[in-house]
Amino acid sequence: MEISADNFFIIIGAALVTFIPRVLPLMLLSRITIPAWGMRWLNFVPIAVMSALIAQELFIQDGELMLSSNNLEIIAALPTFWIAIKTRSLLGTVVTGIISLMLLRYFW
Amino acid sequence: MKLETALLESHAVPESEASFMQGVKDCLPTLLGYLSIGFAAGVVEKTAGLSVAEIAMMSIILYAGSAQFIAAGMIAAGSTATSIVITILFVNLRHLLLSAALSPYFRHLTPLRNMLIGSLLTDETFGVAINESAKKHKISERWMHGLNITAYLNWFIANIAGALLGQWISNPESLGLDFALPAMFIGLLVLTLLSRSKFAVDIVVALIAVLIAVGVSLLWSPSIGVIAATLVASTIGMVIDKWR
Repeated sequence: MEISADNFFIIIGAALVTFIPRVLPLMLLSRITIPAWGMRWLNFVPIAVMSALIAQELFIQDGELMLSSNNLEIIAALPTFWIAIKTRSLLGTVVTGIISLMLLRYFW
Repeated sequence: MKLETALLESHAVPESEASFMQGVKDCLPTLLGYLSIGFAAGVVEKTAGLSVAEIAMMSIILYAGSAQFIAAGMIAAGSTATSIVITILFVNLRHLLLSAALSPYFRHLTPLRNMLIGSLLTDETFGVAINESAKKHKISERWMHGLNITAYLNWFIANIAGALLGQWISNPESLGLDFALPAMFIGLLVLTLLSRSKFAVDIVVALIAVLIAVGVSLLWSPSIGVIAATLVASTIGMVIDKWR
């Protein structure tokens, strides 16, 4: 139940570099107007960020491209996407993903 | 319950602005999803050798799923403090973009009040808030706090539960718990796509982001990959949107 000195500084440092990007645009951009093209650009940001994060999680393992049928995460992603589209439920999607990968790892 | 909320709203906010309690309610659909991710994060952190106190500290002052998974992995691998902090900085730079996307709705507030809103901003609360803005063309400050604080408490509880139960789970991967994070992103992406009327452009942007993220990750680094993919794909989306 202790906090080691090393981990203390890692957590403080990580918290700082997480806090600053979270608050800075909200604090500063309130002072300036964002032009229409800027808003249009920002509209696509969530789609782009999430697609990029999903792609990295699914296709890259240990710094290498994994597109073979041994990549169980890609297979698990299929029912996960399907449930997300059909149910529009975040919980259903996460549970489907976890159970799919668990079963795949168990039977493969 | 309904009456209570109605009274609260009519009393506190004259021009039908969404209340704190409405923010809490709008957070509810995401709670179980993030409960499972937070639980998974707690288990992974515990099995990486972190103490319950360290996990509590992380969930309170760091409060970022991807950063916590990364920190746990890199601490277990014996990485230096500097490299861990730099990696997390890169991964969380995407918050700059989320924060900027929300900023037009809170322009009327002071920097301090904007800081309070931003300090608890996550992918999840951003997703819910953007949906709210799409419906009402505005976001109320107290609604945003209700949303943020509910998600924050939920995350803390989930992390601690995962940490406490993590001591009995020797191999979280056999339970598929490491897939909680990608599955959450898949859910958030699909919900965002379905809530908009720009399906064709959105799919193009998503595919470009995928190609750049994978390419740059292989050639350079995964954290740069996310940033490059976001910058380029959003710009292409903006240009296509302008043309049509």
